[in-house]
Amino acid sequence: MTNPTGIGASIKRKEDLRFLTGNGNYVSDIKRPNMAMGVFLRSPHAHAKIKGIDAKSALAMPGVAAVLTGEDLKAEGIGGLPCAWPVTGKNGAATKEPAHPALAQGKVRCVGDAVAFVVADTLEQARSAAEAVEVDYDVLPAVVGVLDALKPGAPAVFDDIPDNVCVDWELGDKHATEVAFKKAAHVAKISLVNNRLVGNPMEPRAVIGEYDFSRGHYTMWSTSQFPHIVKLLMGNFVLNIPQHKLRVVSPDVGGGFGVKQFHYAEEAVVTWSSKKVGRPVKWVCERSEGFISDAHGRDHVTEAELALDETGKFLGLRVNTIANMGGYLSTFGPNIPTNLYGPLLAGVYKTPAIYVEVKCVFTNTLPVDAYRGAGRPEATFVLERLVDVAAMEMGIDKAEIRRKNMITLPEYPYQTPVMMQYDSGDPVGCLDRALASADWAGFSKRKEESKSRGKYRGIGLCTYVEACGLAPSRIAIRLGVRGGLFESATVRVHPTGHVTVLMGTHNHGQGHETTCAQIVSSKLGIPSENVEIVFGDTDKVQFGLGTYGSRSAAVGGSALAKAADKVIVKGKKIAAHMLEASDSDIEFTDGVFAVAGTDRKKTFGEVALSAHFPVDYPLEILEPGLEEQAFYDPVNFTFPCGAHIAEVEIDPETGTVQLLNYVAVDDVGTVINPMIVEGQIHGGVAQGVGQALFEDCVYDQESGQLLSGSFMDYCMPRADNMPVMTVETHVTACTHNALGVKGCGEVGTIASPATVMNAVVDALAHLGVTHVDMPASPNRIWHVLQSAGAASR
Amino acid sequence: MQINFKLNGKPVSLAVTPDELLSDVVRERLDLTGTHVGCDTSQCGACVVHVDGLSVKSCTTLAITLDGASVTTIEGLAKGAALHPMQKAFTENHGLQCGFCTPGMIMSAIEFAERNPKPTPESVRRWLEGNICRCTGYQNIVASVMAGTAAMHAKGA
Repeated sequence: MTNPTGIGASIKRKEDLRFLTGNGNYVSDIKRPNMAMGVFLRSPHAHAKIKGIDAKSALAMPGVAAVLTGEDLKAEGIGGLPCAWPVTGKNGAATKEPAHPALAQGKVRCVGDAVAFVVADTLEQARSAAEAVEVDYDVLPAVVGVLDALKPGAPAVFDDIPDNVCVDWELGDKHATEVAFKKAAHVAKISLVNNRLVGNPMEPRAVIGEYDFSRGHYTMWSTSQFPHIVKLLMGNFVLNIPQHKLRVVSPDVGGGFGVKQFHYAEEAVVTWSSKKVGRPVKWVCERSEGFISDAHGRDHVTEAELALDETGKFLGLRVNTIANMGGYLSTFGPNIPTNLYGPLLAGVYKTPAIYVEVKCVFTNTLPVDAYRGAGRPEATFVLERLVDVAAMEMGIDKAEIRRKNMITLPEYPYQTPVMMQYDSGDPVGCLDRALASADWAGFSKRKEESKSRGKYRGIGLCTYVEACGLAPSRIAIRLGVRGGLFESATVRVHPTGHVTVLMGTHNHGQGHETTCAQIVSSKLGIPSENVEIVFGDTDKVQFGLGTYGSRSAAVGGSALAKAADKVIVKGKKIAAHMLEASDSDIEFTDGVFAVAGTDRKKTFGEVALSAHFPVDYPLEILEPGLEEQAFYDPVNFTFPCGAHIAEVEIDPETGTVQLLNYVAVDDVGTVINPMIVEGQIHGGVAQGVGQALFEDCVYDQESGQLLSGSFMDYCMPRADNMPVMTVETHVTACTHNALGVKGCGEVGTIASPATVMNAVVDALAHLGVTHVDMPASPNRIWHVLQSAGAASR
Repeated sequence: MQINFKLNGKPVSLAVTPDELLSDVVRERLDLTGTHVGCDTSQCGACVVHVDGLSVKSCTTLAITLDGASVTTIEGLAKGAALHPMQKAFTENHGLQCGFCTPGMIMSAIEFAERNPKPTPESVRRWLEGNICRCTGYQNIVASVMAGTAAMHAKGA
C-alpha cells in the first residue's frame, strides 16, 4: 500500500500556516517582562590598541543600566569563545588558537569587533548611550588580504603569531603526485580567487538573555542552528554556567546557511548581562551590523595544476590554497578550508595521486567560517575550472574529458587517494541526464543565434561530489573535532496513537516538520498529520547536534527511523500480550500489529492505548508506556553527487551576464519529499549563482574598512536575476543508513559557482579568455573584454 | 502626536513621536510581529504592509503619516481559518522556506495581482525586485504569485 503522507510524497508543508499568517515566533518577536534592550559598540578600526574606555557620561544618561567591556569580562574570569574544530598541520603542528574574548581586550582585530555592550530601558536610550562611550584607540596598520598577511614584515594580527599563520595543513601523497606530474603529457594550470561572501539569512541574528535569581537559572533565546552546542560551548567554556542551570531556545529561525551555526560573542555577552542588570536583556542585530558581526564565508587564493596523459586521463592533481581565517577563529574556522575542502578535490574522478596544501592565515577582517557548502564549493570550483582549462587546451570536449575520468557505477564503493571512501553514486548517469536535459548537443545552434544578435553565448558544465551527513564521530574525532557528531530523536507515542517527536536537529526553513513526520508516517503507518515535530529547546529535547552540513535527514532522520523501529519492537511486545501470542509471531505492517498467518490484529492506536492503560502486563518483562529514544552515529559521510549545466549570454557592450537556463541533476539519495528537495536545490543554486555573478564582500585593502556593508553595496540575487531552473534527481541509495538518504541542502551551492563560471569563460573563450574570477559583474566582464580586445589589437 | 487609523479593519488611536516608524509601531507597540525587518536600507521588503491598498515598506514609513489611513498587515489577510488566495498559493506552490521574507512577499504580491490580472512570470520577477528571499531561488515564489493572481481573479473569488 502506498502511504499518501509517507516517504516519497510531495505533501504540503506542515509548518507553512504560521509563516503565511504572521504567526511565526522568531527571537526578535519575543518580549519578556521588564526586558531591557542592548546595543553593541563596535570597533570602527580594523586594527587598533584600546588605550582606554570612558563610559562615565554614557552611564549617566537616562535609562542606562550598564556599560560592559572586555575588562569586566576579564575581571570576572569569563573565558574566550572556543574553537570547536582545530586541525593538525604539517609535521603534527597544532592549530594556533589565540584568545577570542567576547568583548575586545587590549586590542581590536577587525572592523566590527565588539568593544562594549550598553544596556538601557529602551533601544533608543541604549543607542544614544553607546554613542557617548568614549574609546581611546591607538590605530595600528592593518592587514586584509591573505597574500599580504604572509609577506615578511606584514602587521601581525596577534603579537605572538608574527607570521599570521594559523595552521599549515596538507593532505595526500606529495611524492606520488610529483611522480605523476613527471609522467604527464600535458599540465593544465590555474590561479584563482574564491571571493569572500556574507551569508545574509533574511532574519538578522538576535539574542535574549534572562536570569532567574530564585533558581540560579539562565534562559537564552538565540537565532541558532544548534542550541545544544551553544549551550555546551557557552555554558561550559565561556560563562561557567552548569549545564542543568542553562536553557537555550532557538524558536523559528529565519534561515541559517551556516551563518547561525557558530557560538557568537553576542550570545555570551547578552546572557551574562542579564544577570548583571537583573532583567531580561534583548539584542537584535541590524543588517549593517550583521555585515560586520556575522562570520563570513569562502575567501581563498589558490594555485592548482592537473597532470594528464595524452588521451586526457587525469594522472595527478596539485593544489595550493591560502585561506582567510579573519581576526579570530570562529567555531569551525580551520576545519572548513581543510577537512571539508581537501578531500573533495578528488571530485567524481579517478585521479590516482592528489596533494593539497592549505595555509590558514589571520587577517584584520571578520572571522571566516562555514557558509552553505563550506569548503566543498571552493573545492569544486578549483577542480571543475581546472578540468575545463585542460579540456580547452587539449581540444577535448568538456563532457568527454569528464566522462573519461569518472568513477563508474560498478566501481563503487570507491576509495579516493584523499581520505574518503564513496559508498555509492552514479556520476556518469547524472552527466548523461544533464547533457540530455540541457540539450548540450544543440548548443552550437543556440550560440550562432546569439551571435546573430551580437551576444556571446556560453555553456558550462560541472560535476561534483559532496561529503555531508556530518558526521561519523569515529572519523570526525580523528580529524580534530572536539565532540561527537551523532544525532538523536525521541518518538513519544500518546495514548491515542498520535506522536510527538523530539529532534536534536533544527528546522530553519528546510521543512523538517514535514519530512520528519513523513519518516514517522512511513515507519509507523500513521498519517503525517498525526505527528508533531519539536526541536530547538534544550529543556524539551534530549541532547542534539543541530542542523548544518546537510545532516538533518541523513543523521537526524536515521536517528528518528531508529527510534521508530524501537517503538515497533516495544509495540510488538504489547500486541503479543494483548493477542496472547509470542512476540516473534507478531508482524507489523501499515500501522497494524497482527499474529502472522491469522486475522488476529491490533491497530497502532489500540497498542498505544494499551501501553498507557496496561491490563495485566507481565511487569518483569514489559513496562507500560510507549516512548523510545535513539542516538544514531553514522559509519561514514554521505556522498551526494551530480552534474549541472548552465547557459549564459554576455552583452559585449555592457559586460552584463544573463543566466539563461540552469539544469541540475543530483543524486541526493532517497527523496523523502520531492517538492521540498526541489526547493532546497533551487535555493542552493541561487546562492551559488549569487557568488558567481553578484555577491562580493569587499574590504579596503589598506584600511580594512568593509566597503560592501549593506544591501545597497552587497548585491543579493533578486527574482529577475534568476532563470527557470530544471531540477532532476538521479537516485542511488546511500548504502550505510537505513533510509538511503544522502542530503540535499548544499548541492546547489556546491555546483553552481563552477557551472556558471565555466559558462562565462566558454562565452569568452573565442577572445582567448581562460579564466574569470567571481563575481562576473558587468564591471569585471567589461574589463576582461577591454583587455582581451587590447590583446587582439 | 495622536493618530487615528484602521489596522486590519479595526480602529486604532495612538500617540506617536515624529520619528517612529510604522514597522516599529506594529511590531513593538501593537504586538503584530508578522511584519518583519530584514534590513536597514529599505532593500529587502520583509516589512511590506498595505497602506490604503498599496504595498509600502513599513521600515521607512513614518507613523505620523498614517492619520486617517487604512493599514493591512499579514495578520489581516486571512478571514478566520480561510486563507487569502495568495497565502494559499504560497503553500500550494512551496513558495516559502524559512518564512521570514514571506509576509512582505505576500503583501507585495497582492498589490501586483490587483494591478495585473494577466501576469507573465517575467512581470512577476520585475515586480518582486524590492523583495529579497535567500531560501527559494524565487522559482516557487514566482509560481505562487502566478497561481495566487489567477485565484484572486477567478470567477467567484
